[in-house]
Amino acid sequence: MSAPTDAPAGRRRVLLSGLLLGLGAAGAIDEIVFHQLLHWHHFYDRASGAAGLVSDGLLHAGTWSATVAGLALLADVRRRRGFAPATWWGAVLLGAGAFQVWDGVVHHKVLRLHQVRYGVDLTGYDLLWTGAGVAVLLAGVLLLLRGRRT
Amino acid sequence: MTAAVWAVAAAAGWLYLAAAAGRSWPAGRTVSWLAGLGCAVAGLTGPLAAAHTDLHAHMAAHLLLGMVAPLLLALARPVTLLLRALPVGSARRVSRVLRTAPVRVLTDPLVATAVNAAGLWLLYGTGLLGTMLRSAPVHLLVSVHVLLTGWLATAAVLSLEPTPHRRGVGTRAAALAAGMAAHDVLAKTLYAHPPAGVTGAEAGAQLMYDGGTVVHLAVAGLLWRQWYRSRASVRAAALA
Repeated sequence: MSAPTDAPAGRRRVLLSGLLLGLGAAGAIDEIVFHQLLHWHHFYDRASGAAGLVSDGLLHAGTWSATVAGLALLADVRRRRGFAPATWWGAVLLGAGAFQVWDGVVHHKVLRLHQVRYGVDLTGYDLLWTGAGVAVLLAGVLLLLRGRRT
Repeated sequence: MTAAVWAVAAAAGWLYLAAAAGRSWPAGRTVSWLAGLGCAVAGLTGPLAAAHTDLHAHMAAHLLLGMVAPLLLALARPVTLLLRALPVGSARRVSRVLRTAPVRVLTDPLVATAVNAAGLWLLYGTGLLGTMLRSAPVHLLVSVHVLLTGWLATAAVLSLEPTPHRRGVGTRAAALAAGMAAHDVLAKTLYAHPPAGVTGAEAGAQLMYDGGTVVHLAVAGLLWRQWYRSRASVRAAALA
């Protein structure tokens, strides 16, 4: 009975959960791989100044909060049996790709808060960083379109 | 010493009220209250509080005092216990106080989080830290303030007590995230620009950042678990 009114709200929640988890996961992967494992990024860059401190703090708090919220929404969606894999994975990739592109373009190039790596020629790194983001984002959009048809 | 006396009084008062509330009062909340008091005393009087100019020890103490103790004290739900244990007339008076405008404003998660963050920025962003490290009375005053505002913010975000106007989960999660951001930016700022006259600033700032993340995530997890459970009861009511 309630299926027709419930379905759009359920799909919205699947989308929101995926987007939040995608954003959160991209931030967490950035932090774990590039800060902790590779040490290409640092806890604090002498070069980055006040804007870098603020943006780092906001990103850290934002991505982790998004991860927890996304997981809770996912649990609720699964409990309602409203989980739609294509839509959810599409939203995850869209969120992660958007984060990566934002990081690569706005943080690295426009605001110049910090760079992918130090002491090397950046062109290849920048192309890979932002290109990977665009690819993930597009894959997410494709999956979302496919999820809508089914 | 004074802190230990206060904590013993708070523990005794709690046990008395819990006995008055009867068997229905969950033992876990009493354990949480006692553990919270223990953390507060450890942060106020232990060897951590005695290591004056070492920012690493100072942060460990403040983590206990301003984050771990508040979380445990908030989970214990003291207002709920008070309302349940007191005779009807006194309980009504307590709930009337809770409904007054100042209490309502202060316990709003957005306001409480802002008050907590502003206090921290005042402490570490101005010369107050130096004054605090040199003077015992200022040290005590600031420590109590850190404990109380941390408690207020945690309790407001988790909203476990009966409140007349509870904010939705989205607003409370946003308040928590904003508080976490203010905390993170402050920790990185301390790392970049250590306050004058302290040692161990880098380790202290890292501890503030990492410890803050762990406790903030725990609070976020509790907040969303509460939402998940409340959704179950909403749906059960709709199906019935």
